[in-house]
Amino acid sequence: MGSPFSGRGVAGMSETPVLRLSNISKRFGDTIANDAVSIDLARGEVLALLGENGAGKTTLMSILFGHYTPDEGTVEVEGRALPPGRPRAAIDAGVGMVHQHFSLAANLTVLENVMTGTQSLWRAKSDTASARRKLAEIADRFGLAVNPDARLGDLSVGEQQRVEILKALYNDARILILDEPTAVLTNAEAERLFSTLREMARQGLSLIFISHKLNEVLAAADRVVVLRGGKVVAERQAEATTKEELAELMVGRQVARPKREAGKAGDVVLEAIGASLVVDGVARLSDLNFQIRAGETLGIIGVSGNGQAQLAHLVSGLSDATAGELRLFGEPIPTGVEALVEAGVGRIPEDRNAEGAIGEMTLWENAILERVRSKRFSKNGFVDRAAARAFAATIIEDFDVRGGAPDRRTRLLSGGNMQKLILGRNLHDQPKLLIAAQPTRGLDEGAIAAVHTRILEARAKGAAVLLISEDLDEVLSLADRIRAIVKGRLSPPLAAEEANAQRLGLMMAGDWNKDSQYGEASHAL
Amino acid sequence: MRFERRPHRPFALVIASPVIAIAAALAISGVLIALAGAPVLEAYYQIAVGSFGSKLAFTETLTRATPLIFTGLAAAVAFRAQVWNIGAEGQFYIGAIAVAAFGAQATAGLPAALAIPLLMFIGAVAGMIVLLVPLGLRLRFGVDEVVTTLLLNFVAVLFVSMLIEGPLKDPLAFGWPQSVPVADNAILPKLIERSRLHIGLAVAVAIAVVVHIVQARTVFGMQSKAAGLNPRAAKFAGVPLASTLIKVACLSGGLAGLAGAVEVMGVKGYVTTDLSPGFGYSGIIVAMLANLHPIGVIAAALFTAAMFVGADGMSRAIGIPSYIADVTVALSLLTMLVALFFTQYRIRK
Repeated sequence: MGSPFSGRGVAGMSETPVLRLSNISKRFGDTIANDAVSIDLARGEVLALLGENGAGKTTLMSILFGHYTPDEGTVEVEGRALPPGRPRAAIDAGVGMVHQHFSLAANLTVLENVMTGTQSLWRAKSDTASARRKLAEIADRFGLAVNPDARLGDLSVGEQQRVEILKALYNDARILILDEPTAVLTNAEAERLFSTLREMARQGLSLIFISHKLNEVLAAADRVVVLRGGKVVAERQAEATTKEELAELMVGRQVARPKREAGKAGDVVLEAIGASLVVDGVARLSDLNFQIRAGETLGIIGVSGNGQAQLAHLVSGLSDATAGELRLFGEPIPTGVEALVEAGVGRIPEDRNAEGAIGEMTLWENAILERVRSKRFSKNGFVDRAAARAFAATIIEDFDVRGGAPDRRTRLLSGGNMQKLILGRNLHDQPKLLIAAQPTRGLDEGAIAAVHTRILEARAKGAAVLLISEDLDEVLSLADRIRAIVKGRLSPPLAAEEANAQRLGLMMAGDWNKDSQYGEASHAL
Repeated sequence: MRFERRPHRPFALVIASPVIAIAAALAISGVLIALAGAPVLEAYYQIAVGSFGSKLAFTETLTRATPLIFTGLAAAVAFRAQVWNIGAEGQFYIGAIAVAAFGAQATAGLPAALAIPLLMFIGAVAGMIVLLVPLGLRLRFGVDEVVTTLLLNFVAVLFVSMLIEGPLKDPLAFGWPQSVPVADNAILPKLIERSRLHIGLAVAVAIAVVVHIVQARTVFGMQSKAAGLNPRAAKFAGVPLASTLIKVACLSGGLAGLAGAVEVMGVKGYVTTDLSPGFGYSGIIVAMLANLHPIGVIAAALFTAAMFVGADGMSRAIGIPSYIADVTVALSLLTMLVALFFTQYRIRK
């Protein structure tokens, strides 16, 4: 898949590059994060910086933006060297950064967020009117529509990212760096982001986006620079390379995600009968009816914010249905997290940092926290630390949690290894039901393959799996049946064999009633 | 220059941080002493002598440290679970007045071995109730307990003032506003003869050890830590947030109430509105200096008490106002916050 603008970058090479990184090296203790990295960026070019987690992408961009000082090497913008370690100088030179974790204030409006940092603290009155005008102009020029008076906290993640981009453009950025911009986005939002990026490049901006996703790199970039172990290992024109080649360059060996094999479904494990959830008077889930059998995976797809989080919370025991009910093996589902875990329900939360693990606690504490009151891990109110440490050690061993030791603090683990710890505590005792919400969000290829393998293993051993994911490839490779969630309602199921991107797209758009093709097929299931 | 998060908190640094913080606070106070025209080293020598230099000085320091251990623990257990109890001062007074109310007559017939634990319990329960009100408001309506617990301190002291001017006024006190005294069976035995040091100190140290074991080893300790560090993740893992915080509040308020109870039964025998020279507030500093560690609280309380007791002696000897102790202790909170920051971050060029 070539980009329509792929000629541009090459044409731009004859002029001075807009941005030139020369021989950048950076060490953290014994780790070499960047090793003599040199990259040029031309005007109007979209450059993808591809690499696994820990390849040094973010460090490199932090150096460019002045968050870190390089041990060696220089950064030049339009031929002029930037003073190292000075974010302000980078901003003034026209470098804008869109962080993976947005640096915005949830309690301010869009306009206030955009204006923050642009005005002198000593001015008595802020010039809102002209700021508003400028923001509207930029939004209009790049097609980044957003209500300037909306409170940021009320916006979806995709919209918040738009604000972050607008903020960079408001500061007159001519070079825009996006750190894993799609990590938090749905497919539709990502598509929209890519067209925005292309529009910005067409209007003469230069962009670098950091990613470890092959599809999007090929879809959005003119040129791809692959980083591995802190070094540039390859540079390709997007139109002249393939997904397979990039994957191999990035990982350094061949990786393949595992594929689901046909299995035999057993008894019904989880059943929802008219389950509904109303939060603060707003219907979040309406009349859900579905079944999951042992050895079967139900995939729930959808655009984020349509009730996925509420569905995951409902089946994870964090909220109770306001109408209808959930049944586990035909019995009303036990209430409360402890009873659910005790009944053999494994739960992988959507956000591993916010819900899955407590970074400041040790691995062993996180391994047993949800079961600390069980006889296995406590006696007479005292935690059985030996049993807990042993359990953690088994998980670390069996699930290949790298860099882990029972007494280490969990925040020191990489995202993939933290997810392996969470998987381990849920899968170690072979759950009967596994709820996996966005299980590979933000993980790199190697970790994704490991997580997928584990989920398939659990299914093969007879677990019923509820997979809630916005990653269509993931759902297609793991799920037996697929439903879409739209505004808190579930579509009829579609067998994975009959699924294709177009059908799934229709389902996610909520058009299942109009599409009789699979509407009928679903009744048979 | 920038700050970089340390991957590990070096144990040696965690231990050293309060020592460095106190040294820095003393150095800064030294500037003030010098500005006041007094010899700095002499002033600190006098503070040391005044707090540790004689049996009398040392027992006074320990007597002063006793309530600070309790209030320091009260702050430490609450802060660990992110319950911001700034109200130990009020809980202290309510615990004290409850002991006066029950200890004067109601328990007078009991043997001391029964009356003393019973009154301690009553004082603790009184302190608990004072903290459960703001916690309930937080859980039910999301009211910030920093504000409510802080303001309740004034309500509590005024309430005590009303009682000792009214129903609990001691008729034999020549009109002084003080409460009826507790009966003799409620007076704590002395730890050392011919000093003010009473067994409250032993109780405080024992309770610090118990609190440490509860926090480090029990299910409740782990759940309250989780609730404090990351409430969302704790909830996801099935930690009952509300009931855990209620238990934490009972423990914290109870410890502060116990501080008041022990002070009445051990030192004065009755309640006045100057029973506490800010034990509740100083407890917050003690907890911070101890890095919220229950055993550390004992040492931090000792330091704080020594500063206050020693400064009195120093003030008599060389004429620097004993308020310098308040300055030093307050400064040590600030320097400790800086020191704590550096246990987590390091400077990178």
